[in-house]
Amino acid sequence: MTDKYLTLVNSGPAGKVARKLGLPKPAVLRRYRHGAPLVPGPLLVLGSTAAADSLATELLGWDQDVRRHARPGEKLGAIVVVLEHLADPGELAAPVLELGQALRQLERGGRIVTVSRPARETANPAEAAARQGVDGIVRSIGRELRAGATANGIVLRDGAPITAAAGTLRFLLSGKSAFVNGQFITVGDAGQDATQDEDRPLQGQTAVVTGAARGIGAEIAAVLSRDGASVVVVDVPAAGEQLAAVANRIGGTALQLDITADDAAARILDHVQQRYGSLDLLVHNAGITRDKLLANMDSARWNSVLAVNLASQLRVNESLLASDVFAASGRIVCLASTSGIAGNRGQSNYAASKAGVIGMVRSTGSSLEGTGRTINAVAPGFIETEMTARMPFATREVARRLSSLQQGGQPIDVAEAIAFLASPAAAGVNGEVVRVCGQSLVGA
Amino acid sequence: MVDQAAGQRSAQSSPSVRNAVVIGGNRIPFARSGGPYAYSSNKDMLTAALDGLVARFGLQGERIGEVAAGAVLKHSRDFNLTREAVLGSALAADTPAYDVQQACATGLETVIGLANKIKLGQIESGIAGGVDSASDAPIAVSEGLRRVLLDLSRAKTTPQKLSILRRLRPRDLAPNAPTTGEPRTGLSMGEHQAITTARWEISREAQDELALNSHHNLAAAYERGFFSDLVTPYRGVTRDANVRADTSMEKLGKLKPVFGKDLDAPPTMTAGNSTPLTDGAATVLLGSEDYARRNNLPMLANVVDAEAAAVDFVHGAEGLLMAPVYAMPRMLQRNGLTFDDFDFFEIHEAFAGTVLSSLAAWENEDFCRNTLGLDGALGKVDRSKLNVNGSSLAAGHPFAATGGRIVASLAKALAEKGSGRGLISVCAAGGMGVVAILEAREK
Repeated sequence: MTDKYLTLVNSGPAGKVARKLGLPKPAVLRRYRHGAPLVPGPLLVLGSTAAADSLATELLGWDQDVRRHARPGEKLGAIVVVLEHLADPGELAAPVLELGQALRQLERGGRIVTVSRPARETANPAEAAARQGVDGIVRSIGRELRAGATANGIVLRDGAPITAAAGTLRFLLSGKSAFVNGQFITVGDAGQDATQDEDRPLQGQTAVVTGAARGIGAEIAAVLSRDGASVVVVDVPAAGEQLAAVANRIGGTALQLDITADDAAARILDHVQQRYGSLDLLVHNAGITRDKLLANMDSARWNSVLAVNLASQLRVNESLLASDVFAASGRIVCLASTSGIAGNRGQSNYAASKAGVIGMVRSTGSSLEGTGRTINAVAPGFIETEMTARMPFATREVARRLSSLQQGGQPIDVAEAIAFLASPAAAGVNGEVVRVCGQSLVGA
Repeated sequence: MVDQAAGQRSAQSSPSVRNAVVIGGNRIPFARSGGPYAYSSNKDMLTAALDGLVARFGLQGERIGEVAAGAVLKHSRDFNLTREAVLGSALAADTPAYDVQQACATGLETVIGLANKIKLGQIESGIAGGVDSASDAPIAVSEGLRRVLLDLSRAKTTPQKLSILRRLRPRDLAPNAPTTGEPRTGLSMGEHQAITTARWEISREAQDELALNSHHNLAAAYERGFFSDLVTPYRGVTRDANVRADTSMEKLGKLKPVFGKDLDAPPTMTAGNSTPLTDGAATVLLGSEDYARRNNLPMLANVVDAEAAAVDFVHGAEGLLMAPVYAMPRMLQRNGLTFDDFDFFEIHEAFAGTVLSSLAAWENEDFCRNTLGLDGALGKVDRSKLNVNGSSLAAGHPFAATGGRIVASLAKALAEKGSGRGLISVCAAGGMGVVAILEAREK
């Protein structure tokens, strides 16, 4: 649904009134458009190490206008801060204060991206403190930025060269990450070629999207198709009419099945094998809510949510990972939820299932380490869908303004994150949970 | 009556004729007339069935060799019904199409016609189908009013026009609604069948039992997901609306007879063992083996052979819906097959009495000898192989859509079994009937 307040404050006199009254002024976000520049202005790369130099060189290779120092008065499209060398918290001051000086020059819809190392991977307390410090910095900047700008961080696994960050960096700089804010994505060295056709990164791949008849699932299918994938859309037989419409819109095939059925995985694999040969991507999007306060929860509500949202994913993944039809570089992307991170009143069953998905992704992710296959999750926050349109007005308004971007996300924001995790550029991302929540206070 | 000279034919082994295969099907759930599809036109429903098929097999923007479909109850404006549905669908706009009309055999005849074109190499792919709406049926003006209106359009002067208008009589203003009555006898199909049902002494219990099995079999097929890749919901209807999973002999036994009340024999045909007026549409994707392989499409069954027959019901020589009884031995003999060679029998349940009269006729030694010209009884149909996934009594019978429903369901059943043959028998108005053979693909 449309956010009427957002439209209002971005048109004419209502914007001035809102500013005078100190009301929130959500911006129209900079989203991906084919042919639009990666960032809305020159790219500033901060950091004096060799790694920073090589990252700047990489960005030059993308035909970007790269600066190593801010020029007074020049608007910047994005600022990349290379902090991968940190050994002591004292080293934070210089680059971060330099970033601070440049913040006012950031364009509307600009991007801040840090590149640092994981605090967990060092035994040195000072080094860990410095590394973890980046976390607080990025999350604070995310809350300070305005006009649709975002701040996110890439955490580069120890040993991985700075260039391993490139694919994820491109996503975070682009309009595809419009509703990702205040988040960190850990990236390892995939040891494989991550170059891709940026217009059609999924060209020649086959994807399956469950729960694709409407809402976020239909949007995921459309974005994967836009990126070049052949898409099999799956939903329960009762949703077949909408499912067929989605399939015909994107040029895919419709497969009507209940994902909780015992033979669901077998039917998906049979269909893909017959029609496409092999499966490159499975998106576990199918999910239901049956909200009730736990005190009023019955077993039917509890069990159906767990069966659809979690048990089906576990069972299908088991079959998939054991199958040769699932490609050697196959990707699984699961839909989690910020409810699974922060909990939500009336959603103990839903939150259990979505937190369960996160646990599953981390566990399966470690077992897939080094195999070429990956599994990741995307956790949407408040997204404007038919489901959230049914929320009471006040609850919906509060949920929208709770995020740093002061608005709900669109289904396409979730779809873009999934398409990124499916792309060759994300080969080094595994076992991660990427939140698409606009840096919501919930689950922060 | 069987043309003995034709003998067994060698078409299947002839190198110039190739296989035509059933790739799959799609239909919308069937619903009783006046129900959820009351405001859907034939074009709407056929387009929806086509779009579901396109979505299932990824045919978006593809030019299909030819699409053939039809409707029994058809508006004159729908002279190009199938082509119009193609243009409204996700298929390529340069897909040709033609309409077929052979009463209730329309759907099966579209399959046969396209399969033959595929076998001869004229087309690589085809979509067969049919649709009918008893809800959105055409209503014609009276013959008197029609003549006046036509003459009026040709009149040039006002006095001419006035003189034509003076011919109008109040009775001319009453519209002509369609009926299921036979034009030559004035009898409804049910009354015709009642005569046949009495002739073969089919009991009320036997008819109710057949209806019961139809409902239970269809409901069970839904339960095991059999229709998940055969049916796409439409207008919020997700299953055939007519099926009664919980019906019983007691419930069926309580219904009052509706046909044959003027005959000497006690009436046995009720609303429970007759098909209701139904709205719906069905499609079947056919192709050459080459086409299926090239596009990585499944091959469920081969379309082997078919035969049409007609009987003289006008002068009372035979019952209106008994023509398949005559077509069957001709087709079986040509293919060197008997009932024992079949694993599935799909006998369209226009009325339970139709199915049971046909079975009785084939089992009757005298009838087969004297009327069909056979050496003895044609044979007994194993009832456990009859309409195993339900038929028209449960699903309903949107006239032209029934053939597509049967072919797609039978092809899937054969593919599931992985071997064997299936026999189709469909009766039609005008004393016609069409039978056909499908066979499973060798694994």
